[in-house]
Amino acid sequence: MELYELTVHELHEKLVSGETTAREVLDAYYRRIEAVEDRVHAYISLMKETAYAQAEEADRSIREGRIGPLTGVPIALKDICCTRGFPTTCASRILENFRPPYDATVVARLRAAGAVFTGKTNMDEFAMGSSTETSYFGVTRNPWDLERIPGGSSGGSAAAVAADECAAAIGSDTGGSIRQPAALCGVVGMKPTYGRVSRFGLVAFASSLDQIGPFTKDVRDCAILMNVIAGHDPRESTSVPVEIPDYRAFLDRSVEGWKIGIPREYFMEGIDPEVRAAVEGAARALEGSGAKLIEVSLPHTKYCVAVYYIIAPAEASSNLARYDGVRYGFRAEDPRDLLEMYKKTRSAGFGAEVKRRIIIGTYVLSSGYYEAYYKKASQVRALIREDFDRVFALCDVILTPTTPTAAFRLGEKLDDPIQMYLSDIFTISANLAGIPGISVPCGFTGEGLPVGVQFLAPHFEEGRLIQIGSALSTLMPREVRRPRL
Amino acid sequence: MEYEPVIGLEVHAQLLTSSKIFCACSTAFGAPPNTNTCPVCLGMPGVLPVLNRKVVEFAVKMALATNCRINTYNRFARKNYFYPDLPKGYQISQYALPLAEDGHLIVETAAGKKRIGITRIHMEEDAGKLIHDEHNPYSYVDLNRTGVPLIEIVSEPDIHSAEEAAAYLRALHEILVYLGICDGNMEEGSFRCDANVSLRPKGQEAFGTRTELKNMNSFRNVQRALEYEIKRQEYILEGGGEIVQETRLWDDSQGVTNPMRGKEEAHDYRYFPDPDLVTVHIDETWIEEIRKTLPELPMARRERLQKEYGLPAYDAGVLTSSRALADYYEEAARLCGAPKIAANWVMGDLLKLLNEEGKTFDACPVGAASLARMIRLIEDGTISGKIAKELLQEMYAAGKEPEEIIAERGLVQITDEGALKAVIEEILAANPAQVAQYRAGKEKVFGFFVGQAMKATGGKANPRLLNDLLKRMLAP
Repeated sequence: MELYELTVHELHEKLVSGETTAREVLDAYYRRIEAVEDRVHAYISLMKETAYAQAEEADRSIREGRIGPLTGVPIALKDICCTRGFPTTCASRILENFRPPYDATVVARLRAAGAVFTGKTNMDEFAMGSSTETSYFGVTRNPWDLERIPGGSSGGSAAAVAADECAAAIGSDTGGSIRQPAALCGVVGMKPTYGRVSRFGLVAFASSLDQIGPFTKDVRDCAILMNVIAGHDPRESTSVPVEIPDYRAFLDRSVEGWKIGIPREYFMEGIDPEVRAAVEGAARALEGSGAKLIEVSLPHTKYCVAVYYIIAPAEASSNLARYDGVRYGFRAEDPRDLLEMYKKTRSAGFGAEVKRRIIIGTYVLSSGYYEAYYKKASQVRALIREDFDRVFALCDVILTPTTPTAAFRLGEKLDDPIQMYLSDIFTISANLAGIPGISVPCGFTGEGLPVGVQFLAPHFEEGRLIQIGSALSTLMPREVRRPRL
Repeated sequence: MEYEPVIGLEVHAQLLTSSKIFCACSTAFGAPPNTNTCPVCLGMPGVLPVLNRKVVEFAVKMALATNCRINTYNRFARKNYFYPDLPKGYQISQYALPLAEDGHLIVETAAGKKRIGITRIHMEEDAGKLIHDEHNPYSYVDLNRTGVPLIEIVSEPDIHSAEEAAAYLRALHEILVYLGICDGNMEEGSFRCDANVSLRPKGQEAFGTRTELKNMNSFRNVQRALEYEIKRQEYILEGGGEIVQETRLWDDSQGVTNPMRGKEEAHDYRYFPDPDLVTVHIDETWIEEIRKTLPELPMARRERLQKEYGLPAYDAGVLTSSRALADYYEEAARLCGAPKIAANWVMGDLLKLLNEEGKTFDACPVGAASLARMIRLIEDGTISGKIAKELLQEMYAAGKEPEEIIAERGLVQITDEGALKAVIEEILAANPAQVAQYRAGKEKVFGFFVGQAMKATGGKANPRLLNDLLKRMLAP
């Protein structure tokens, strides 16, 4: 087995035991990247220089017996996480060459845990998209089928993990941007509770929905990464000061006696039959191990996409106002006056999807429309949250498909925003309600495309997601299939 | 037709916290451009605001001082618009749920006391400043001021003359400074005022079309701008014209208001709750804690000074014009036990000395205790009032205690009858012609003898004793 095929916990074991070194590991990853990256294009930029410095430091600290939970482990960062002194583009021309003078809190925590950063991964521009096709720096391809999209917006991170171009990766999830690409690329992806992982230094898309989370090769790695990145941050007002458990304690525990809610609204027509079969297979496997499946109802589910596409663009239209060409990033040449500077800079700096959402967001906040759109959407959002509160009184977790279909073809939905938006139909609700969710691989379609099952839990109960995800992995023998690259 | 002006004022006051409202940067005025900045107030990608608790505390003080109802739950909202001095493209302000509402202020006008309603007080961040280069077509942005905390105080349209507006502004200003939450410096922009003005025929309920006045950076300018604008609107209405709803800038040098050009279009600020900030919760306990720290407010103090010390309204007004002055006065009055005399000295000689140097009572070189001792020395006859005037000047200049100077310079008043008699005898003997004139009925000559005696004693003769002795000794 190649070093780059190992999980975080396997790699860490070999590093600590001295079987290999951080430098060797990093060499293996960069060789792997060199071999596959021109086909996958998971990265926007590689951080080779600083990565080798970090690897050297990791080897030194291992020799000195100072071992962090991620010492020497190569991790990729979605290019939405600010990295001190290193370009952070959000896959947008408007931030091309922007170098933040600060680390995102998550980046700082990973650094402190000994991680080695391989590079910044590709994404939909400003995380707006479900296919990683709206990136200014070109598309990322699904390692399982290079003619297909990896999902999005964190498609680069998902593809990098699936293609063994890093041991684990960080992504962000505003409406499914971690869980959906994790499902489509056959890896584990978690969106924690809103407020659990600091958003400081995460370039904002929709502030009330954004949340950072990990992409990993297995659930154990997910627990390890969550242990590092979760926790209160005084630099974020919406960060919640709630005690963080050791997520590893939830691994390898049975879910016997658990009640698993199966929301009928998530199993309606429109789901690909193969996806449905794989997800139902996962449910039955859990049932077989002693969990109880109960049908539940989340009646406001049908409004999720509509509510999301009002709230997210509204917040985005305001969050993206700062990209005006005045202080940093791209500025159009030779404007005649201030207004022209704004217009030229933002016209040339943003791509079509970002502009579409800025326009929608500006519209729904406009005087005369605010009540009908933004305010109404906020009220419905509260109802969606109440749906979950009611259901979680009846069950421990909820099980749904992560996506309605497996990975679609490049370009298939790019010109049809509604179809594209519907690919997040099962993931959006968790962001609106602020609850945690995880996508775990649960099989393949006949064409060999991965399928993911999503589990949702009440606020701050990520532990339950780790527990059931881990239980499912032991029930479904570890998938030996790897993408052929 | 007779018109009644209707005026509402919006005041922006910078709060005197040492750090900004949403980051730890300094609020100091006058630093080199863009040095009091950080990624948060520069609006860099991914940064987040964290509310400075002190700002809430200061704002609550003002809300309490203006009799407002404080909203237990209030929240920040984003006011969206593009301008280079606004790094995020939105200003964090408050909209639907402000800090406080429904207050009022009693102000004193020539026509007596008047109650002016306060619609709301809310917290917000200040924007930066643009610096325009006169010699080339560039503008520069200084973001030091970005994120300096402000409160906006919005009045009801209860004001009906320029004079009332000025009185209201002075009262607000005085309270802010008394509370120690704003330095009140209008030139540096710590206290700014915009006005909404309209006219309506006297007796009519409905408001006329209003204009908004900006760029008035002193009380005098606010009053002048309003007077001008009222006349301008009156002239248009009298001529059968219509008022255009617009923003107008006060031009101080021309003494006129002109429509603002360029920037002003009908803005839609697209306010919505800021998702980066949680609801601000101000419970009763916190409000009570803050209430306990409130000083006595200027109007209450003025009334108390009149009652407690028997001062005329005018004196009480002058003495409470700043908290430092009032504190100084009260200490001196209490220590010397002669409040009226203390008032005269503080408002007269001492204030004049301070004004000459542009100083305030915070930095008075003569302590209140020293002044009180000096007054007691006059009262017990040790020195004369005339000597005291010189004495105070020396105390002020040298920072010495009164007794010290009196001893050094031998300024003690001559109250010894024998000593004074000897002096007078000498003068009478040296001026027989004047003595004869006086005794012949020319009483004016009396002043001559007083002058001679004072000259001979270096001004130290007790005036009353001197008068008595002179009269007796000149009697035929």
